[in-house]
Amino acid sequence: MYIVVVGGGKVGYYLTKTLVTEGYEVLLIEKDAAKVQTWSERFGAVVLHGDGCEVAVLEKAGVARADVLIATTGHDEDNLVVAQLGQNLFKVPKVIARINNPKNEDIFRRLGVMFTVSQTNIILNRIEEEIPHRPLIHLSTLRHADLAIVEVDIEDDAPVVGQEIRAVRFPPDTIVAAVVRENTLVMPRGETRFASGDRVIALTRRAHEEKLRDALVGDAAP
Amino acid sequence: MQEIRPRNNRQTDVVILGCGRVGSRLATMMDGDGFDVTVIDTDSYAFRRLPETFRGRTILGTGIDEDVLRRAGIEGARTFIAVTNDDNPNIMAAQIAQTVFRVPEVLARVYDVERANVYAQLGLKTICPTATIAQLFHEQVTQRPHAPGASSGS
Repeated sequence: MYIVVVGGGKVGYYLTKTLVTEGYEVLLIEKDAAKVQTWSERFGAVVLHGDGCEVAVLEKAGVARADVLIATTGHDEDNLVVAQLGQNLFKVPKVIARINNPKNEDIFRRLGVMFTVSQTNIILNRIEEEIPHRPLIHLSTLRHADLAIVEVDIEDDAPVVGQEIRAVRFPPDTIVAAVVRENTLVMPRGETRFASGDRVIALTRRAHEEKLRDALVGDAAP
Repeated sequence: MQEIRPRNNRQTDVVILGCGRVGSRLATMMDGDGFDVTVIDTDSYAFRRLPETFRGRTILGTGIDEDVLRRAGIEGARTFIAVTNDDNPNIMAAQIAQTVFRVPEVLARVYDVERANVYAQLGLKTICPTATIAQLFHEQVTQRPHAPGASSGS
């Protein structure tokens, strides 16, 4: 199995290193002469100096007989060109392009690139899995006044569900400014009762943000 | 950089990506022809190349971003021309214009001769200054009477 990697940045370097260790026949194409020298000293003769977007360089790299071509540069336009040349000109069976700007995932698909890897989306998805929801969102800090505007979503299990606002033990200097319920604004009064699904917008001191969150959603926040 | 509103709120006819020497000159020419022109560049300083009489719009941003192209009025434009100094952004932006926005006339400048040929075969209209200029010089030189291969009559 012959694998050609274009772009010797961090991704290309670690990918090549792993593939070499696993025993694959690998060639890394890199534009920058200094990087080529460093990588050559570490890997031996598996690094080719050249611009992987040039047809002549890809020919020299023997891309026509490659089983896999991977474009890993930090520039989406370069990865697109490498992938398209690999697919259309050299008929490489499997071409994979790294996507830096997640917006381009759909564009690449529409421009015919079959396999893409969007690291931003992968990281985002992992973070979302780890942190299912953030109960308190800091909206804005009012400079000079040490005040913060925050947004809190009230869930089923929040301790304030069914309670009147005046009964909730808020930290000092806290004002409930608005309650958004089923997309309509409820002007909060002392006797307004919190309900599950409410979005609460409040003003508080910056130092009291945590206490406010605890008062509204409990301290069992995930 | 302030954005100049198009006259009479007409739709953009031509979107030009890249306000370098070629892009700014082309934009000025097409504006003079009466087209409604929008120029995109990542560097607001590049727009200084447009004359004060330029009536089109300028958009700050990269041409390989759908949203920037939309802001430039690519939806409904008749022509898209990519003339940044870099081949790959030109190629990518031109393909987005052609495939995603279905602009009827799309042109891209590609300096690399081979790359220009490959993309021409893939259905993109490319203009390759390298090939064109080399050919012009070649013609100039080989047409001289004492050039090798030319009949000098001696």
